Formats: sequence, structure tokens, C-alpha cells
Amino acid sequence: MVVVTGPGRSRFKTPARTARRRGRRGQSETKRGWRSTPWLFLLIPLGFLILFTYLPVANMLWYSLTTWDGRAPVKEFVGLDNFVQIFTRPELFQVFFVSLYYIAGSFVQMALALYFATILSFKTRFRNFFKGVIFFPYLLNGVAIGLVFLYFFRPDGTLDALLTLVGVQDPPQWLGDPSLINYSLASTSVWRYMGLNFVLFLGAIQSIPNELYEAADIDGATSWDKFRYIIAPGIRKIIGLSFILAISGALSVFEIPYIMTGGANGSETFVIQTVNTAFVFSKVGLASAMAVVLLLIVLIVTWIQRKVFPDDKADLV
Amino acid sequence: MAKKHIVGIATVALVLAACGGDNSSNEASTGDGDSEGSISGDLTVLTHRTDIVDTVLEDYKERFGELYPDVNIRFEAITEYEGDVSIRLNTEEYGDVLMIPAAVTRDQLPDFFEPLGTVEELGEKYRFVEEQAYEGDVYGISITGNANGYVVNKRVWEEAGITEPPATPDEFLDALRAIEANTDAIPYYTNYGDGWPLGQIRGNMGVLTGPEVENNMAHMDEPWTEGEDINLLDSLVYDIVAEGLSENDPTTTNWEESKNLLGTGDIATMMLGSWAIIQMQDAAENVGASRDDIGYWPFPLQTDGTFRSRIGGDYKMAINKHSEHKEAARAWIDWYTEESGFATDQGGVSVLVDGELPDTLSDFDPLDVEFFELAPRPEGEERLFSDIHNTAEIDLDGWLYNQRLIDIARGAADGDKESYFAELNNRWADARAQVGD
Repeated sequence: MVVVTGPGRSRFKTPARTARRRGRRGQSETKRGWRSTPWLFLLIPLGFLILFTYLPVANMLWYSLTTWDGRAPVKEFVGLDNFVQIFTRPELFQVFFVSLYYIAGSFVQMALALYFATILSFKTRFRNFFKGVIFFPYLLNGVAIGLVFLYFFRPDGTLDALLTLVGVQDPPQWLGDPSLINYSLASTSVWRYMGLNFVLFLGAIQSIPNELYEAADIDGATSWDKFRYIIAPGIRKIIGLSFILAISGALSVFEIPYIMTGGANGSETFVIQTVNTAFVFSKVGLASAMAVVLLLIVLIVTWIQRKVFPDDKADLV
Repeated sequence: MAKKHIVGIATVALVLAACGGDNSSNEASTGDGDSEGSISGDLTVLTHRTDIVDTVLEDYKERFGELYPDVNIRFEAITEYEGDVSIRLNTEEYGDVLMIPAAVTRDQLPDFFEPLGTVEELGEKYRFVEEQAYEGDVYGISITGNANGYVVNKRVWEEAGITEPPATPDEFLDALRAIEANTDAIPYYTNYGDGWPLGQIRGNMGVLTGPEVENNMAHMDEPWTEGEDINLLDSLVYDIVAEGLSENDPTTTNWEESKNLLGTGDIATMMLGSWAIIQMQDAAENVGASRDDIGYWPFPLQTDGTFRSRIGGDYKMAINKHSEHKEAARAWIDWYTEESGFATDQGGVSVLVDGELPDTLSDFDPLDVEFFELAPRPEGEERLFSDIHNTAEIDLDGWLYNQRLIDIARGAADGDKESYFAELNNRWADARAQVGD
């Protein structure tokens, strides 16, 4: 969400500024027309944005102050009670430990994506084929992936069959064992989202001008040197962005564990807990408060990240 | 992990927010005034039976059409019925006839549904009228009834040397041990992966203490103690799982597959309502076994030497308060419950008071099983029980707490039976204090 609103806002500032400049030059009769035109164009997208993003969020903020059960016509106002409850019940926060597995997974995911993107940005045989293969999982539906991996991980399933072929006897229960389940789920997540990181990195790498590599070749640079001094600084911004997405994604994991295990056996994440609170225990008010808290946590983490790693302009030349 | 997760949280936010909507129903509900004698109108019927909507229900529609040619019925089959419909209740567009979602509390019934008659009046004709009634008015009529007990593969049980239904929980455990020792079958299948089958065992609440079980539980601080129903049921499952008499990896089970496995005899026992019998028989036939292999027995407990089985209604059909064709809707409900034969065709207990037991329960005949229904909620306490378990976050209408029980029993989570029951008792007592007696 953070990423989307940024550019959107700056885009509509630009024409307004231009209009003012023209106004000062004295073209007063066209002034009004110039001022209102961008707003007319923006009417529909802004309308959608407000209707489908800000209004629901405003509603959610309101519910978070009530004890609404999701159906009753009356929503009893209780002030900050729900928030007090969240912060006085440590078990509600315990589930964030599960996110650590996904954060670790996202580092693996980005390292792999960066590795493949670098290799495939040079001349490699079957380059386009491999690009397709790596990006493909991201195009699959999350529910389908969940079901496929359920069969993959089950006892005597695909993974166990493969392991038996290479001589491993008595493989563990990938989803049944509480000490393994989060590794299994996090690696499914890595499998699914690596392609997206890969495409982002690949696009950024390919936007680096070719002359730089040629110059580096003349200077006798090795592949590692090229990566270290040209590619890495060249795509710093994209790496920073990917980190923000990865961390906030890891805090709010939902789809894969929900479809595969429903949060059972210690794989419950904060969002699954929120959904259960709202729709199993009929506490929509409390669940809204939990959603608000998650939103704040993601915003804070993003802010810290921007402070620690400011995205100054990379200067390659 | 990437963008989709952000979308995930946004979706949750949206879903939570979308539940609001405008509830005010100023519009005066107009009956079907223009046709006094002949009933007409377009009816939208919401149903959870995605499996029979194009077959059985289509056939019903035709038969109904012969009697009421001016009524047009359109079915809307919904896969995630509970969740989808309870959210749609916030609008006025939830069909003309629908099944009352379980999440609606008794006192909310008049907000959404049309009263169908008084408990006394309808009670003379129908069973289970109390289950969706509020202040003496009935809001929904059950589509079918269920008896409770467990499904067995009789061939496997016989192979283990057991031909009579066990009469105590201990005998039941012994029987499962015998199956484990003498056959290749999994003695007891929890269906943990899909979750909802875990809640089915609670259909037996009352076999120990009688019809008032839930009303009493709402006035008890420690229901998870010896001599209470909930303790009996949860202990039984705990002991089965702790002894390794259930499937190895419960997390990857699959409902559709489990039906076939029961048919082939790879599974010996599943705790399910009697609605499951017909599905299990079909599955047995599909995998090349015999329908007769599937048997159904009452919960392993006897009172004065007799087995007891609780019967209860399934989903109740109701009329949308905002419907424009209430007469036609009522005609459909009456026809469906009295004429269609749905209840017994589907292997359920008839919803008519003078109806008979279905063939699927023929195993009960020689046992002389005594049937009972849950007692109605006392006036003023219609939602006390559900308020307590919701506040305690113990989903007695779900399965999350059963999954945790099984995790503890198989050693995948910390604690043991005593510590978990103590925790449940604590949360129950706290919730009771919060809800106020």
C-alpha cells in the first residue's frame, strides 16, 4: 500500500504546479480551464481510490473502537478497549515469531533472485526459457499452489518419493512436525515469490547502460567485479524496495499457511489470527483493532528501514 | 515475501470493513399482495449443497413447478456458505429463501428473517423447531435431521473380532487397539486437516448428562471435569490420539480421500453425524467395495443399559425479511419439508414429527437406541452459551480448539490433557465472569 500511494500523489502535483506557472505569465482566460482539467481526469481514479481503499480503512478504524460482532445492527462504542486488550494479551503477539521464518525465507529468496537475475542478464544458453521457468510460479493461483504443495509434503508424497529415490529412509513429517512446518511453509513461499523479485532485479540490471560493462572489460574486470561495482550499486534502489516488500510481506503472511494448514500445528500467523478472531469468534471489533495494529507495525518498520537505508541516488558514471 | 502479502492484509482490511454496510431497513416489506389466490413470483434460493444443485434440486424445482406454475425458482449454490452468507446478511440481498447461517444468534433472528409461526403450532408438525426460535416464534424449519454416533467399516471391525458396538469409552478404546493389532487399517481417523470433521463429535453432547447439557454448561465454571459431556468427548479423542490409534500425520488429511479410505477398509472409524452414512456408502461403492460394509453405531456410552443418540436439525430454511414474494417462499419451504422427501432421501431423520427413521440407521434397530433432542435455551439466555464460548475464544461451533487438543495429544504442542483442560476451564470461567451470569 505504501508503495502505491507514493508515486500516485506526486503525479497529480506536477500538472498543478505547471498550471500555476502558466497563470503567472498572464494567460488569465485559460487559467480556470487549466486548473480544473487535471482534476476532471482524476475524478474517476480518485473516486475509486477513496471508495475502495480509504473508505473501508476509515470504516475499519471505526469498527476497531466498537465491540461489533459482524452482524448486529448496533455497534457499541468502547473507545480504546480493543487496543488495550491486544497489548495486555501477550499470546496475541506470540504469533509474530512465526514471521521470523518468513523473514529468513525472504533473505534466501532475494539472494537466489539476485543470483539468477545476474546470471541471466549476461549471455546464457536458453536464457529466455530459464526466465520463464523462474517467473512461472508467480503466475499460479495461490490456492492451486497450496494444494500442490500439500501433496508434495504429505507422507509418501512427491518429496518423500524423491528422497526415497536418492536413498533417504524415514523422512520426517514435513507438515506434521511442529519444528519443521514453518520451514516447509516458508520455502513454499520462497518458491512462489522468488520469480517476482527476479523480474524486478532483472529489469533493473538491464537498465544499466552497456558501455559500463564494455569499459569494465577493457579494464580487465572479472564477473564478480562487475557485479560488485556496477550491478549492485546500480540496482540498490530496487533492492531497498524489495526489502520493504519482503519484511512487510513476512509480517502479514496469510495465503499459503491459511490454505495449507489453516494455521494449525503452530503455523498461525498474525493475519490468520485476525481472520479467526473476526469470523470464528465473532469479534469483528477486536479483529479490526488487530488489523490497525498490523498496519501501524508495517508502517513503522518501513519508516525505520527508510531511515537506516536512505535511497540516495546511485551514481554509476 | 512480496507484494501479494501486502494485498493480503489489504484484503483483510477490506473484508473487515465491508462487513459494515447500512443496516437500516426502512423499506416496508410488502407481501405478495397482487395475487390472492394463485401464488407467483421469482424466488432466489440460497443453498450450500453445491453437489446436488444441478441434479436433485433441479428435479425438485420441476416437481414444485407443476403445483405452482407461476413461481420461478433460481438456485444460488454457495461453496463457502457460512462465511459468505453471514457477510451478505448486512445487505438486504440474501435471497428469498436461505439456510440460516450458524453465526446468527437467536436474538438476531427477527432482524433478518420472517417468523414462520409459533413454537407450539409448528411443533405439532415439525421436529427441531426450537433450534431457531426466539421468544416463542420459529424462524427456520430444518431441511433434514441427523442422529449422532460414528461411522465404521464393519468388515474391518469384524476382522478385529468385534461385532457388537462397544458400550463404554474403555471398550471403544479396546476395540481400536484390537483393530490396530489385528488389521492394517487406521483405527480412528480424525480428519484434522480439513478441520470441520473434528467438531462433529460434539453432536454427541448430552449422551452423558442429558438434554440440558449446554444450558448447564453456561452456568458452570469448570466444564472440563470428570462427569461432564465435554470432558468425556475431549478425553476420548485425546486418549485415542495419544496412544497412536489415529492417522500418523494428521495435518495432511483430506476429506474426500478419507471417504474412499473408509470404503476400502484403510480406515476403520470416523466420528460423524448420520448425514455422512450415505456419502460413505457411495464412496464404498465407488472404490469397488460393498455399501453394506458401512455401518453406523451410537456413541460408546450407555445409560441404564441403553444407548442414547442425540438427534438434531440440519440447516434451517428461512425467509428473508426483505423478500418481496414471501407467500411463494413459504410455499416452497412447506413443499420442500413435507413433499420433496429430501430429509430421508439424503439418509437423514425426517423433520416431520410422525416421520420414520431412514434405512441408513438400520444398525440402530436391534440396539433399541433412545433418541433425545437438546433442550431449548431458557428465556433470556438465548445467546448466553455462544457468548461465553466466543468470549473465551473456545470455538465450540468450530474446530480450532480440537486441533490444539490433538497437537498436544500427539506431542506436537506443549502440555498434557490436565494442563489443557485446566486452561480451558480458566478461560471458560473468565469468559463467564465477563459475559455476566
